[in-house]
Amino acid sequence: MYLKRNGKLIFLIVVLAVALLAAGCGGKQQAQQEAKPAPSGEKVIKIGFIGPLTGDVKTFGESTKNGFLLAIEQAGGKVGDYKIEYEIADDRNDATEAVNVATKLITQDKVKAIVGSVTSKCSIPISKVANDNKVVQISPTSTNPKLTVDEGKRKEYVFRACFIDPFQGTVAAKFALDNLKLKTAAVLYDQGNDYTIGLANYFKEAFEKGGGKVLAFESYAQNDTDFSAVLTKIAKLNPDILYLPDYYQKVSLIGKQAREKGIKAVFLGGDGWDSKDLDFATMEGGYFTNHYSADDPRPEVKTWVEQYKAKYNETPDALATLAYDATKLLLNAIKTANSDDPAKIKDALQATSSFPTVSGKITYDKDGNPIKSAAILQIKGGKQVYVDTVSP
Amino acid sequence: MEFLAQVINGLQLGLVYALIALGYTMVYGIVRLINFAHGDIFMVGAFVGYFGFTSWGLPFPLAILTAMVVCSILGVTIERVAYKPLRYAPKIAALISAFGMSLFLEYFCSLKFVFGPNFRVVKRPFEEIHWNLGGLTITNIQVMIFIVVVVMLIILQYLIFRTKIGMAMRSVSMDHNTARLMGVNVDNTISVTFAIGSAFAAVGGVLYAVAYPQIYPFMGIMPGLKAFTAAVLGGIGIIPGAVLGALIMGQVETMTSAYLSSQLRDAIAFSILILVLLIRPTGILGRTETEKV
Repeated sequence: MYLKRNGKLIFLIVVLAVALLAAGCGGKQQAQQEAKPAPSGEKVIKIGFIGPLTGDVKTFGESTKNGFLLAIEQAGGKVGDYKIEYEIADDRNDATEAVNVATKLITQDKVKAIVGSVTSKCSIPISKVANDNKVVQISPTSTNPKLTVDEGKRKEYVFRACFIDPFQGTVAAKFALDNLKLKTAAVLYDQGNDYTIGLANYFKEAFEKGGGKVLAFESYAQNDTDFSAVLTKIAKLNPDILYLPDYYQKVSLIGKQAREKGIKAVFLGGDGWDSKDLDFATMEGGYFTNHYSADDPRPEVKTWVEQYKAKYNETPDALATLAYDATKLLLNAIKTANSDDPAKIKDALQATSSFPTVSGKITYDKDGNPIKSAAILQIKGGKQVYVDTVSP
Repeated sequence: MEFLAQVINGLQLGLVYALIALGYTMVYGIVRLINFAHGDIFMVGAFVGYFGFTSWGLPFPLAILTAMVVCSILGVTIERVAYKPLRYAPKIAALISAFGMSLFLEYFCSLKFVFGPNFRVVKRPFEEIHWNLGGLTITNIQVMIFIVVVVMLIILQYLIFRTKIGMAMRSVSMDHNTARLMGVNVDNTISVTFAIGSAFAAVGGVLYAVAYPQIYPFMGIMPGLKAFTAAVLGGIGIIPGAVLGALIMGQVETMTSAYLSSQLRDAIAFSILILVLLIRPTGILGRTETEKV
């Protein structure tokens, strides 16, 4: 096909394209400071919920929302002298959107506390907004240490209801070495996600310290769908373990391609696997670390599973459980403080000691992290099967 | 042996890019417009194909055909709505319109009553089979992609050089006005070009969904940009150039992941775009020549 060509025009077009894309993606991150609302006659406390209700990890959002609502319902919509009003927001598992909805909840809806978000990459940006605006934030499931501490400085208003990545990565490495007796591993993680970077690094550190060898330490970008080159490379190294510390959609996709490339390694992962949308057939035989197991014989767990089943007609996953725990922790703190002042609520939350929750008794350390144990689950016969509990 | 396996990985990726790059290059050849909505047509193709062989229960070839028809109609509609009114406006206006179209398609398809914002795992319409050729594993999916793309390329060559509409396309690509004076229906020819380009993107989308079984409304952005890079690399407006560029892109990406670092993959892929534009803006197969008046 013949045509006229104009290189300069194309160059201009590309520059423009990049500029437009950058403007579309970057732009709108500012948090405003806003004054307090006027107290009315009836005592009301507003709580916000943020979770990924749509997008690549939507089952996380759905589960946490269920847990959050159930906890409020069980409290009778009241805490101490206050009536609870809540706002639900969707961050689509997008960090920019997370900041936007958090800002809206704080400045427009005037919430005093936020339960959320689910993934570390959203919760960490939210924590800056919440802490700057002096609003209490408790994330049910964000495991990255940076959530509550930023460059050695504690964000006083921010808490979580789960263990942290150094613990989770270490538990996975120890389990591989001691229980599975496997000595070589390959790690594949998302280079743009705090959660997977954290897990990958802590796993590698603990695995090598325990005498194992990490044969490959590779990464990919969030939107990648073709892993064939890296997996062909890993297949040749023939590791015993393939550690995939990402969320369920991504590991399902990688797992499938890994098996196609003839990788026979045992798959190992973190709490991001916990979803009914995980590709169970592909991940068969794999293990992952989690916050809790529905098969745990403790009576608290039994009661919880029954209550949840009665309402939603499915077994609660760890996300639902942690959201329930997080909401209860928050309500308990509001009750203890008996105030809607976030400063008093956060003090009460920090002072929480041996508070009984479904996923264990919770006491906060100075960084707002609960001290608790991890469960190891296996994907077996299309189900999650409880294997072991590991204490810190 | 590992090297050969990587070459095959790269080939698989490159062939899919080629199907998208062809659409970019054909449209540019005819109307001098970079159709940035092309990557999103690819996405629609993937979704329609997916619904075809899952919910609607069509046999796989028929699902591809359905996707091609739907995307052709979509492509022509986009041309009529967003580009045709701007044909004699400054180039930048049509380009911005293309961006708008692209964003519209992405966000419209994300709506709950269209495709929804969620990721979907694609259940393949057939079992994958592995053949082991002396340490080299080849899957039936790779073979299928290879055959489909080669057949599509032959059909395209035939269309352009052996049919009347092909002749019309070639003449329009040279000069709209002269072609019109010779009795060529320029508007129809442009529509046909969009239809063919979109149909190719649809095939690319369905194959991509089968090869990398996960789809979502924003899946077209990256492959679209890479295919655009491929088209520029080969020489935009030149059909063999698009295929050549795409195959090179596939190899570059794969080899970077395999032998350098997976972190550098996209950085290197897009550095190529910048380098080509700086050093040889007409692309590999493009001849440097002075602008005709």
